[in-house]
Amino acid sequence: MTTLTLAKSLNEGMRKAMEDDPKVLVMGEDVGKLGGVFRVTDGLQKDFGEERVIDTPLAESGIIGTAIGLALRGYRPVCEIQFDGFVFPAADQIITQLAKMPLRSLGALKLPVVVRIPCGGGIGAVEHHSESPEAYFTHTAGLRVVACSNPVDAYTMIQQAIRCDDPVVFFEPKRRYWEKAEVDTSAADGWLPFDRARIVRPGTDVTLLAYGPMVKTCLEAAAAAEEDGRSLEVVDLRSLNPLDAATVTDSVRRTGRCLVVHEAPVFGGFGAELAARITEECFYSLEAPVLRVGGPSTPYPPSRLEEHYLPDLDRVLDAVDRAFAF
Amino acid sequence: MTADASRGAQAPPELVQLLTPEGERVEHPDYDIDLTPEEVRGLYRDLVLVRRVDLEAVALQRQGELGIWASLLGQEAAQIGSGRALTDADMAFPTYREHGVAWCRGVDPVNLLGLFRGVNHGGWDPAEHNFHLYTIVIGSQTLHAVGYAMGVQRDGAVGEDGAATIVYFGDGATSQGDVNESFIWASVFNAPVVFFCQNNQWAISEPLEKQSRIPLYRRASGFGFPGVRVDGNDVFACLAVTRQALKNAREGQGPMLIEAFTYRMGAHTTSDDPTRYRVQDELEAWKLKDPIERVRAYLFKNQLADQAFFDKIDAEADELGRDVRRRCLAMPDPEPLAIFDHVYAEPHRLMDEERAAFAAYLAGFESEESSR
Repeated sequence: MTTLTLAKSLNEGMRKAMEDDPKVLVMGEDVGKLGGVFRVTDGLQKDFGEERVIDTPLAESGIIGTAIGLALRGYRPVCEIQFDGFVFPAADQIITQLAKMPLRSLGALKLPVVVRIPCGGGIGAVEHHSESPEAYFTHTAGLRVVACSNPVDAYTMIQQAIRCDDPVVFFEPKRRYWEKAEVDTSAADGWLPFDRARIVRPGTDVTLLAYGPMVKTCLEAAAAAEEDGRSLEVVDLRSLNPLDAATVTDSVRRTGRCLVVHEAPVFGGFGAELAARITEECFYSLEAPVLRVGGPSTPYPPSRLEEHYLPDLDRVLDAVDRAFAF
Repeated sequence: MTADASRGAQAPPELVQLLTPEGERVEHPDYDIDLTPEEVRGLYRDLVLVRRVDLEAVALQRQGELGIWASLLGQEAAQIGSGRALTDADMAFPTYREHGVAWCRGVDPVNLLGLFRGVNHGGWDPAEHNFHLYTIVIGSQTLHAVGYAMGVQRDGAVGEDGAATIVYFGDGATSQGDVNESFIWASVFNAPVVFFCQNNQWAISEPLEKQSRIPLYRRASGFGFPGVRVDGNDVFACLAVTRQALKNAREGQGPMLIEAFTYRMGAHTTSDDPTRYRVQDELEAWKLKDPIERVRAYLFKNQLADQAFFDKIDAEADELGRDVRRRCLAMPDPEPLAIFDHVYAEPHRLMDEERAAFAAYLAGFESEESSR
């Protein structure tokens, strides 16, 4: 066991993947000498060379487009998009090519490309550096979309994403990069499959569904609610597409109440899919409608306002109260 | 306001030509080619057969057997010349109009029809013939080609026996961000890639001056690699220039842009009506530069082929047309549940769930039928 930050866990996971498979490449803006703006790729170029850790020109579509070409030649590129709000120049290559080319080939082609995206707010950044664009990608068939929430999952899930033969959009909660945990870097198997959710705190009264940065917020809310005698179950979805619907519906059938919590705007967000599914599959078990806690349907605000925008412990507990009030 | 087309153009564009529209061989100081009579007859056969396949596809669309078709009429020399320059190890990334290149790579013409008929979105294995799938969104494939070429570099597949990559795109595509990004990537990584731009003068209804103030091949110098304009209706010149560019790429000299100056003699696709935006005189002028007629004239003048040869090729073309038609009509529609196939390479529970639900829904109709 080693104590690692989430950022370092990702770094160690990528390092392990590069050691295991010479076809794994890391590419993106500033990922080489600098080690990435969040230092997630720190030291990789020094150890694996410029051919495998590629400082690219400053053009996101180019990063994904050339990664596709490298994958066609048998490589497994791990691309870093520097910030969530910078992914849109690459959206065409991700949505139109990366997601659809395997189907276009009737299965002849596989595109094992990982698109790493630091996501979410809470770091006092300027515009375009705090967004949560996951719903754009969960809506795109052909992509797998996952989000890690803690150092242990970061270490395993990045390796699982790299090994996966499908393209994976990999969300990293940037404000949790510096969270620490004990990580076992010796084990190479026995990991929870990366398309499975995990119950991170069992409870009996309300199910909280979260992923990425909001998992910690929900755990804090659950601890606070316990003092009021309410038992909240927190499920870390980990994989958004495919969704581990069985774990979700099992939990909701037990608790009878459900909140969905994400930073992204509620309207048309991933929570809408969760709420609809749970309503379809758990209708007779529900004591209250599925409630959604998330950002307002506005662009992400200037950072002096972000504490009002981001769901926090109080917003979650307020929704818990509303769920009980039905 | 209309841009002055002469601004930014320092000198009149030069054009590499080895065979005139009248079928005369001419010399060029930088490029030459030595072809045996057999090879010239082979090129002629290629040109005639791909035009015949194209003609058949247009007819199939007109008869409702294809949803749409993008004709290569007029661009045969650019495609056959460049396509025949490729070695087996080279990789080609096409647009959706590269039927002639597909022919050179050995792709069965019927396979090209699937996406236009609507039975698949492509459906050939790119690795089988080193010919990538057709790309419909304009210019996207240029980045794929450069990435592939970067992979070739990392594999060490360079030198005489190495693999070069060629990517096709049109004049309209040169305005796309992806194409410009691909030029930058290829340049800074010195990727072994050849950019083959078929300037057919029209991007649907928009003439070249809507895309560029300077001749397209001159764009290359701004990115740091050579560019050349070749007579795109001259199969000899296209072959010579592309062969040289591929060789340079294999030998580590980096990318090159070839602008094949040609003309889209047909509509953009079968859904298009060019009479709305261009004049008939323009087409008539380009007909005089036809890519096939000049090879035929060359063969005749130099007594490299007799009438029996031309008749034989025509008969072969007609048989190919009939064969393509017969097999197109025999192409089965996919099964409904094929919608869920190949979306993911690895098991995906949402696909499994939705496939099962849809199968059950369809089965409901079958049991209704059988109970009647």
